[in-house]
Amino acid sequence: MKKILIAASCALAMLTGSVQAEDSIRIAFDVPYEPFEYKDENGELTGFEVELAEAMCEEMNAKCEFVIQAWDGMIPGLLARKFDAIMSSMSVTPERAERVLFSKPYYNTPGGWFAAEGFDIDVTDMDAMKDKSVGVQRGTTMDTFVTENMTGVVNIKRYNTADDMVLDLEGQRLDVVFVDYPVGEQTIKNKDGFIEIGESVKLGEGVGVAMRKRDTDLAERVNKALDTLKENGTYDAIMKKYFAYDIKV
Amino acid sequence: MPDFISQWLNQNDIFTVMTLLEYWNGLVTTVQLVFLSLLIGLVIALPLAILRTVRNPFVSGPIWVYTYLFRGTPLLIQLYIIYYGIAQIPGIQETFWWNIFREPFYPALLAFTLNTAAYTTEIIRGAIIATPMGEIEAAKAYGMSWMLRMRRIILPNAARRAVQAYSNEVIFMLHASAIASVVTMVDLTGAARNIYARTYAPFDAFIFVALIYLMLTFILVFVFRKLENHLLRHQRPMNS
Repeated sequence: MKKILIAASCALAMLTGSVQAEDSIRIAFDVPYEPFEYKDENGELTGFEVELAEAMCEEMNAKCEFVIQAWDGMIPGLLARKFDAIMSSMSVTPERAERVLFSKPYYNTPGGWFAAEGFDIDVTDMDAMKDKSVGVQRGTTMDTFVTENMTGVVNIKRYNTADDMVLDLEGQRLDVVFVDYPVGEQTIKNKDGFIEIGESVKLGEGVGVAMRKRDTDLAERVNKALDTLKENGTYDAIMKKYFAYDIKV
Repeated sequence: MPDFISQWLNQNDIFTVMTLLEYWNGLVTTVQLVFLSLLIGLVIALPLAILRTVRNPFVSGPIWVYTYLFRGTPLLIQLYIIYYGIAQIPGIQETFWWNIFREPFYPALLAFTLNTAAYTTEIIRGAIIATPMGEIEAAKAYGMSWMLRMRRIILPNAARRAVQAYSNEVIFMLHASAIASVVTMVDLTGAARNIYARTYAPFDAFIFVALIYLMLTFILVFVFRKLENHLLRHQRPMNS
């Protein structure tokens, strides 16, 4: 009887102990996605969202662990409890909101059109765009926009990573790339012979932290922390390090 | 039954007419790609396998190097090299080759063909060198030339020995073709990925596509069973 009691109390102690120590939040990023999350020369994870996540965790008094996860497996990984939150430029969409719980948006960037120098077709002119190859990253809001507006007109090619897409633009397999503006600016516009074309398109509500639907407490803490960071200037300081323009929402 | 199907189609937002059509187009692409690469691969592999058994190292050596390279590296890497590598060759975009390699179909077909040809070469070669010495000696005793021996004795028996291993290669090839979706092809897997990306329902999108692959495999297994029964009927007991 004594033994059982001791064992039971041990188990109880372990249980409660683990509950108390559970304030470690695992946050997932898909790298590289410059300048939001990438590895610097020393192999350290950094970028706008990484720094924002660090500041957010500090604000929440939480211990955070950063996890690398490929984009394809983001939502399944979250639902399978491989991590507790996604801060990897995941735009808030109704389809996603059915599966995950989003925080308030913490930034919004437009989608930008990029092409090789000399491409002078208006991307909104569907007659001129006929049979052109347009590259997008599969499952992004840019993919949704092109799928909804240009299906049947242009040849839509969907890529798993932005790197592969840029390679195909360089190799002239793609005429135009429609990509998250900062990513295009960093990886395409900086290259010789490539330019931004047309007007960038504002898409959706912006990017939020994605969490499991049941974790409403966590969402509340995340929202509170993000609000504080946006107000006390921390957000602006981090943003200025990475962007010359405003992406705050 | 059709009532049940149409009701079910109306109820869910994943398997609509549009997504089913996307799966169908993916199926057509997959079947085209796999069938063509297997057919061309087999045509290439047969002479290579015969030459691989020749004693002269200047003939068999290069073929050994080819099969070693393509069996020794992952198909995904080969596809990446052929698809992205070719686009990086300076000036390739101005040659007529670009008309072929611009679209993902031909780079994928080339990678799959070279890969399956390498495996098939080794399968057929193994079957050729397993020919019992007695059969060859008997053929020689009849005064058959090398050509005639190959045609009448060695190859028909080698085909019987190779068919089981080759049926595996065909099924592996079908499954390996799933990686075509990484170079923007919308094959079965590509269609599943697109539908998953739109609906965020990984189970529905991928289990459905897995069932299609299972069905294709079932057809292949059935065809090869028939072929084996035909080729190996002399091995069956008399009274069965």
